[in-house]
Amino acid sequence: MSNDSSQSPPDRRPLIAFAWLWVGAPLVYGLYELILKAKQLFTG
Amino acid sequence: MSPPVAPPAWSRWLVPPAALSVHLSIGQAYAWSVFKPPLESSLNLSGTQSALPFQLAIVMLGLSAAFGGTLVERNGPRWAMTVALICFSSGFLISALGAETKQFWLIVLGYGFVGGIGLGIGYISPVSTLIKWFPDRPGMATGIAIMGFGGGALIASPWSAQMLKSFGSDNTGIAQTFLVLGLSYAVFMTLGVLLVRVPRVEGSQDPANTAGAPALTGVQVSANSAVRTPQFWCLWVVLCMNVTAGIGILEKAAPMITDFFADTSTPVSVSAAAGFVALLSAANMAGRIGWSSTSDLIGRKNIYRVYLGVGAVMYALIALFGDSSKPLFILCALVILSFYGGGFATVPAYLKDLFGTYQVGAIHGRLLTAWSLAGVLGPLIVNWIADHQKDAGKHGASLYDTSFIIMIGLLVIGFVANELVRPVDARHHIPAQREAADVERQQSEPA
Repeated sequence: MSNDSSQSPPDRRPLIAFAWLWVGAPLVYGLYELILKAKQLFTG
Repeated sequence: MSPPVAPPAWSRWLVPPAALSVHLSIGQAYAWSVFKPPLESSLNLSGTQSALPFQLAIVMLGLSAAFGGTLVERNGPRWAMTVALICFSSGFLISALGAETKQFWLIVLGYGFVGGIGLGIGYISPVSTLIKWFPDRPGMATGIAIMGFGGGALIASPWSAQMLKSFGSDNTGIAQTFLVLGLSYAVFMTLGVLLVRVPRVEGSQDPANTAGAPALTGVQVSANSAVRTPQFWCLWVVLCMNVTAGIGILEKAAPMITDFFADTSTPVSVSAAAGFVALLSAANMAGRIGWSSTSDLIGRKNIYRVYLGVGAVMYALIALFGDSSKPLFILCALVILSFYGGGFATVPAYLKDLFGTYQVGAIHGRLLTAWSLAGVLGPLIVNWIADHQKDAGKHGASLYDTSFIIMIGLLVIGFVANELVRPVDARHHIPAQREAADVERQQSEPA
C-alpha cells in the first residue's frame, strides 16, 4: 500500500489548456474584430 | 476568509488565466460608448447624461481600489474576485431592470455605483497574487492581466453592438443586452474565482512543485507606511503624467487625425479615422504585455525613462512634423499609446521592487487615484485648448500645438519624478516577525 508521498502529482496540463482556451477564445474574437476595423485606416 | 493556498504541484500558469477572466470582463467598461446612442434615443437623454453611468463607474473604480486594497490583501484574491463578480454582474442586472422600466437612475446606480465597485476590486484582485507566483517575471505576469483590461473592450464592443442589433435598440433591447452581459460575465469570471490560488510559503512547499513561488524576501513595506514615503508620491506623479499624455491622444484620436490632414492632398475619412482609433487600441494592448515584459529585462526605472523620455520626443515629432507625414503621425501616436498601456502594466512590478510583495495590491490600489486625476486632466487639456484655438480662428494641426507642448512638459515632470525614485528608507520596513505572523495567519486554513 502506497502512502501520499509516493503518489505522483496530478497532471494539470488539461486544466491549463482549458483555462487558457476559456480566456483566449473571446480574446481572439476581439482581436479579429479589431483587425477588421483597423484595416479601414488603409482602405477607408 | 482565508486566501486559497495552492495544493502541492499546483501550476502557476493557472493563475494568469484566472486573472484574465476577471480583467477581460471588467475591461468592458471602455465599451460603454456602444450604449450611449440607444440610451439617448430610448430614454430621451442628453450626451452628458448618458455618460453618467460610465463616469461614476470610473470614479468608483478609483475609490474602491484605493479603499478596498487592504481588504483584498487581508481576504485574498478569491474573496476579491467573488466580490468583483457579484458587483459587476449585479450592476448589469440592476441596469437591465432600469432600462426595462425606463428608470435611468437605476442604470446609474447599477452600472455606475455597484458595477464600479466591481471594477475597482476586480482590477487589483490578481495583482498581488501574480507577483507572488512570478517573482522572476513580475512585469510579464501583471502585464498579462492588465492587458486583459485593455482587451475587454475589444470583445464587449462588437459583441454588444451585435446584441443591440438582434434585440433592438429600444429600452427592451438594451435591457436584454444588459441581462445577457450580466449573466455571461458571471459565468466567465467564475473561472477566476475557482482557479486562483496563493502560493504556499517556503518550508510548507512540496518539493514536486517546481513552479512554486518562494516566500516573501527582501524589503517589505505596509500600505499605510508606503503612502508616507516620497517614493510612493514620485510614482504617483510618474503614473499620472504618463496616463495624462496617453489620454491626450486617445480622447480625441479620431478628430485629431482628421484635423491634422484636413488641409492636405490626402484628407482622412471618417471610416479611416475609426480604423486609426482601433489601431491605437491594439498598440495600447500590445504595450501592456510587451513593455511590461521588457521591464523584467531592463529594469523598471529604465523602462519608465523610455515611456516618459521617448514619449516626449514622440510628442515633439508630431508637433513639428506630424502634419507633413501621415506615417510619421500614425507611428508616433502608436508608440505613445503603447507607452500609455505599458505604464499601467509595469507599475505593479515597480511597486513590488520598491515596497515588496507584502501589501503590493493595496499599495497599487492607492496609486490608482493618479489614474482618476489623469482621466480628468488629459481630456480637459486637449479639449479646452482645441476649443479655444478654434474660437481664435485656428484650424488643422495648429489646434493641438499648445496641447502637445503641455504634454511634453508633463512627461518631463514625470521623467524627473522617476529619476527621484530611490530605495525606501529602512525605517518604513516592517519587522520580519510581523510579516511572518501575517503570512502564517493567512495560510492557516486549507484551500
